[in-house]
Amino acid sequence: MNEEKNAEYFAKQQKEISVSEFFEKNKHLLGFDNPTKALLMIVKEGVDNSLDACEEAGILPNIEVKLKNIKNNIFRVSVKDNGPGIVKNQIPKIFGKLLYGSKFHRLRQSRGQQGIGISAAVLYAQLTTGNPIKIWSRTSKKSKVHYFELFIDSTKNEPEVVKEESIEIKKFPAGHGTLIELDVSGRYRKSQGVKEYLKETAIANPFAKIVFHAPDGEKMVFSRSVDRLPKQPKEINPHPHGIELGVLIRMLKNTKAKTVASFLKNEFSSVGTKSANEICKLAKIKKTLSPKKFTRADVENLLRGMQQVNVQRPPLDCLSPIGSKELKKSLEKHYPDAETIVTLTREPSVYRGNPFQIEVGIVYGVGKKESQIKIMRFANRVPLLYQAGAGAVVEAVKNIGWKRYGLQQSGNNLPTGPMVLVVHMASSWVPFISESKEAISTYPDIIKEIKLAVQTCARDLKIFINKKQKAKREEKRLHIFENYFPLILESASQLAEEEPNDLKAPMELLLKKIGKKIGEENDKKSNS
Amino acid sequence: MTKKATVEELKTIGKSVLTDIKNVDIPKLVIPMRSTSNLVFDKNNSCYVLGNKTLIRSGGNIRHIKKLAQFLKVAAFCKDLVKGEKRHVTKRELYYISESWGPNLKFNEQPESDDIIEDIEASLSKPSEDIKIIPNPKGAIYGNITLRFKNPKGETMVINCLNTADGQQIGPRTAEAEFVKTDADKVIAIETGGMYNRLIEENAHEKFNAILINLGGQASRSTRRIIKRLNEELKLPVYLFVDSDPFGMHIAMVIKSGSAKSAHINKRLATPPAQWLGVTASDIIQYKLKTDKMRDLDIKRIKELQNDPRYKNNKRLQKELTIWLKLGKKAEQQALLKYGFKFVVEKYLPEKFRELKAPGFR
Repeated sequence: MNEEKNAEYFAKQQKEISVSEFFEKNKHLLGFDNPTKALLMIVKEGVDNSLDACEEAGILPNIEVKLKNIKNNIFRVSVKDNGPGIVKNQIPKIFGKLLYGSKFHRLRQSRGQQGIGISAAVLYAQLTTGNPIKIWSRTSKKSKVHYFELFIDSTKNEPEVVKEESIEIKKFPAGHGTLIELDVSGRYRKSQGVKEYLKETAIANPFAKIVFHAPDGEKMVFSRSVDRLPKQPKEINPHPHGIELGVLIRMLKNTKAKTVASFLKNEFSSVGTKSANEICKLAKIKKTLSPKKFTRADVENLLRGMQQVNVQRPPLDCLSPIGSKELKKSLEKHYPDAETIVTLTREPSVYRGNPFQIEVGIVYGVGKKESQIKIMRFANRVPLLYQAGAGAVVEAVKNIGWKRYGLQQSGNNLPTGPMVLVVHMASSWVPFISESKEAISTYPDIIKEIKLAVQTCARDLKIFINKKQKAKREEKRLHIFENYFPLILESASQLAEEEPNDLKAPMELLLKKIGKKIGEENDKKSNS
Repeated sequence: MTKKATVEELKTIGKSVLTDIKNVDIPKLVIPMRSTSNLVFDKNNSCYVLGNKTLIRSGGNIRHIKKLAQFLKVAAFCKDLVKGEKRHVTKRELYYISESWGPNLKFNEQPESDDIIEDIEASLSKPSEDIKIIPNPKGAIYGNITLRFKNPKGETMVINCLNTADGQQIGPRTAEAEFVKTDADKVIAIETGGMYNRLIEENAHEKFNAILINLGGQASRSTRRIIKRLNEELKLPVYLFVDSDPFGMHIAMVIKSGSAKSAHINKRLATPPAQWLGVTASDIIQYKLKTDKMRDLDIKRIKELQNDPRYKNNKRLQKELTIWLKLGKKAEQQALLKYGFKFVVEKYLPEKFRELKAPGFR
């Protein structure tokens, strides 16, 4: 296989490179564990970046994804957006340097938290095909298009620009935007991967228009169902209850604060002078101690103090949910044949010092009646496509007694029914089960919120199902009468030896009368 | 005359349904209730009859509509049978005939069609034979009696029951045949075919000037009907000769007072003056008959009979029931054979007839 040959070649050539070697050995951790998934990851990084860029610039995203099968298992992936474009001298750093960017250090609801970064995609491309990434970007109509071809010099973790020029080219109708093109080894499957990912992305980002050109010539357009961008999530400082040892060590190392008390006050949310003093007291540390002088034992004590202290919950306005109305509109667009759609956005809540918010959508009347319901999971608007059987969402759904809501369920399995269940967790920090970031950790606080949200929606669903069953029952009953009345008329005429000619009209009236009666009886029954 | 009346009554039912529909009223039928809660003991006839309770089969009720439609269909079908005069149909046959009526009208099990037939019987207060629905022919009649009836071709036939090999089978035509002539002065109804054959071979019909009837166990309605007619039309006393156990006695009592199940037509089937001849419990002792032990079911049945309003005031019966209970034993009619073939006609029956003051033994 090409992929292995190239990888081996690189490994031999650059024995000392840590980043590339790490990447090669840990492909699975980063989501490149099979060719189908690898292709998806490349698309995902491109699309996530485009959505982020558009959102931050306040532009309604138009995104075009193209997959072209250039030979055997090599695909040319291109992602084009109408975003603000990238300033010329930033382009090499963004695409040619691993772990570059602001996302990693900040605490706020963002897509990027789950990815490996676009630069890893660049590295994967050069590892599997040896081709550089091509970038076209334009920031305004006044400027030309910046064009780059570049590799990552993995020894130095620096961009290695192969070609760079400013050109006049009509690629961006809006006057701004970015187009990237990567050649990667992968596999395209119609039923899963890229297509499903883009569809679900469109569901969770109803303000975006996404066009997809599949390698087999199929073109799919996911149009906007909402014409307004969501509010931008705010950055917040970490909460003392949600901090981990490693992060705390790094923060102590980087802080400019002179004392531990001011460090706590300035770099954590919900901590004032009083709480800072309280933490020091609990940790048995002098509040004037300089963060530079912390020993390992001091850090551990501090962490314990932070976990024990009684402080207010973190601010909750840092979250940007899809919104109940918006989710509903979106689902209505994607499931025009659904019988009913119920959506809900819960109030924000907190797990381990991290604010989070759960949203749920139920689409009823789609899919097979006798198969298990389909669950669509999202974390910060990003679809989670793998590890479908694990994590907080499945755990919560299994622990609901679905029979009460009109669905079939055997034991503690997923219920069966013609239903799609959408669960979105928005959080400044989504906890994942593993590094591949495909299932949300089963923290009790999160499971509880998911359960409450799903149950609330399920109650509305039950009302709908009841109504539907009622109508069905009425129809079935009326049908029986409609079947029997002509037979009664026929037999009675035969018995009486009379012609039933003039009785058609009264019989129609009679059936109407009975239909009304059935409706009333049914109402009485369902009211009692 | 009965035939025409039956047709008119059936037509009336159809007309009432048509009138309901014409007036945009929900069509319905009012039918006498046949459940035990509507059984009334008729002291005059000492049998059960239906009380005044009725049930309504409403076309507006989802649980009734099928039965209503089936009632009308069966009624129309039977009306045509009555008018046709040619055919009789067994309950089992009707059940199969309904296969051709389509998925909405056909019967899935025979109890369903039997139920509808009983509803029609109750509505008309007539046995199903009147609407040409008959039980499986069972039972036979032997002796010097001349019957006149029409065969299915419509030809009039006359037959004397002595001119048969083993007696005339009692089917629908026999049950309603005209009695032309008889010189018999009594009827003996016999539970088992074995004893019936014994009496024919021992010339009992001539010896006692009797008509012999084979019940073949529990008597069919045709058999009960002809017994009643012999008693009512020809004023012949009826003697019931059955096994010496509570079930034999029950067979006798159904002929006498009718059954609870056919309460709606008991008046047409029961023969209250009929007399239980034996074999009695006392006979077991008197003739030292070979016996079997009574089963729990027999004991239970005796206790039921002791409390049955139909038999409560019958001192002779009550006495016999007590003896059975004391003995804990029962015997069959055939036990009398221990004294030879002739014993029944030479000794046993004459003694009974004397005891019961039968014609020719007073």
